[in-house]
Amino acid sequence: MKTMLNVALPKGRLGQKVYDMFEKAGFECPSIKENNRKLIFENEEKCVRYFWVKPSDVAIYVERGAADIGVCGKDILLEYEPDIYELLDLQIGKCRMAVAAKKDFRDDTRSTLKVATKFQNIAKNFYSKKGRDIDIIHLNGSIEIAPILDLSDVIVDIVETGATLKENNLEVFDTIVPISARLIANKANYKFKEQEIRRLTDDLTKQVSEGEN
Amino acid sequence: MSINYSVLKNDEIAIFKMRSLYKKYGYSQFKMSKFEEYDLYVRNKNYLVSENVITFTDTDGKLMALKPDVTLSIIKNCDDNMKGVTKVFYDENVYRVSKGTESFRELMQVGLECIGDVDTYCIYEVIMLALESLKGISEEYVLDISDMDILYELFDKAEIDSKPRKEIIKCIGEKNTHGIDLICKNYSIDSSFCNKLKKLVSLFGDVDEVMREIRDIVGESDSITQLETIVNLLSKAGYKDNLRIDFSVVSDANYYNGFAFKGFIKGISTWILSGGQYDNLMKKMKKNSKAIGFALYLDLLERFNEEVEEYDVDTVILYDEKSDIDALNDAVKMLTSGGKSVICLKEVTSGLKYKQLLRQNERGVEIIENNA
Repeated sequence: MKTMLNVALPKGRLGQKVYDMFEKAGFECPSIKENNRKLIFENEEKCVRYFWVKPSDVAIYVERGAADIGVCGKDILLEYEPDIYELLDLQIGKCRMAVAAKKDFRDDTRSTLKVATKFQNIAKNFYSKKGRDIDIIHLNGSIEIAPILDLSDVIVDIVETGATLKENNLEVFDTIVPISARLIANKANYKFKEQEIRRLTDDLTKQVSEGEN
Repeated sequence: MSINYSVLKNDEIAIFKMRSLYKKYGYSQFKMSKFEEYDLYVRNKNYLVSENVITFTDTDGKLMALKPDVTLSIIKNCDDNMKGVTKVFYDENVYRVSKGTESFRELMQVGLECIGDVDTYCIYEVIMLALESLKGISEEYVLDISDMDILYELFDKAEIDSKPRKEIIKCIGEKNTHGIDLICKNYSIDSSFCNKLKKLVSLFGDVDEVMREIRDIVGESDSITQLETIVNLLSKAGYKDNLRIDFSVVSDANYYNGFAFKGFIKGISTWILSGGQYDNLMKKMKKNSKAIGFALYLDLLERFNEEVEEYDVDTVILYDEKSDIDALNDAVKMLTSGGKSVICLKEVTSGLKYKQLLRQNERGVEIIENNA
């Protein structure tokens, strides 16, 4: 029996883009393009099985070995620090992790800085390197309104074009780290499917360097 | 009474196997208390996988801990002044916080330590026993080995500071070559060094081939010669197909040095064995000897290849107040001596899965239901 390569893809536009790259690398699975609500797709001939999962869960599926490989944003890897291999920077889904605040914001170092974010770990690491005492307010969405309502002084969040910030009268004060999609692999499963994973990684590397996507 | 081996669970079988394996090579069992003075862990906090330790106050007021680790206790108790080597093995429970759940778990560990005048043979023997331990669990296993000294020599030669060094080592552990690129760029590190590292991290395949490539990349050194000697010995002993040289096995330089290795079993989604040389930890604990050892995490075997049992019990015998207990006892004896499991109940417990249902009445035992 041939072994299947299990791939966790992030639901949404990024996932579709990633699938196209995988397809080009010879790991196609035509049924995935059918418009339905299925979450698992298989191509036995190519020995590949794809599943759509919530982008922030990809790392968990891979770390726990339910998926051999997957694609997720660097933000997720920095936030959860999963024990995985980070094989390739796919150079897509580019954005940055940034600190934003109201336009007239001035950092008053005499008091604790209130930071609203979904990414507690990233925020904590960033400010501890600066030696700045912070109070983290964990939010799950609409982070942008926190400074407007004086819930926080600043926010730490992903910024793609900056349009949302602008519309809410916020602006970027600091870039923490650039973000893009990464190909990740489960360390143990990698040992037993190394050839397939390498074949895929090599082809994707070529695609990235040729800027095909 | 003879032992029915089929009732043993994976981890229990593994313990028996490992005990006899390690004894065969002259390792003696090191039995220790579940408790240890908390002070030992405070002093070596960073060595522990997680800083959280379960503590309690002993009757004399001393702060004690439930062991989160075995190696520290063994080092603490080892006689540093004796000549030769001390070889011990253990099977113990440790108490740690598991990642993600943030709650304490009891983990079953077996492992061994070789402490003293550790030479090339000792290193070979410990790595061989690691391979043999994995083989005892499954035929489909892989042991990744790396030599941190080779990496550090490369760093020293290129005069890389500790900060970028730490960042690069993290990337090496993730096989993250684009990350290495970025760090080298940020710290203006020579690109030829960067390329060497990336090549080292990307090596794979036949160990002899990989060994040749390492020589090409790094050049000659004592560490390389030792790595080659050990790889050759292991290949000769028949482990070639299960051995990989993989520099992504990295360990904390504060405690470890030289060889580091991690073992994997197909079907278990994380490493199950971890080990290496820890001369630096010995120094920190004011011991002069060298040391190498490994631990195998048996709790991971709990779900490994485990078949789901279709039935809870072979036979249920129903009885009531009027039943003749003597006759019931005879029936049970007869069935169990035939190798069947039997449970006597007044009524069938809900959800109980059985092959056969019997009832004890005045006439004897009658069959009510047969499921298998």
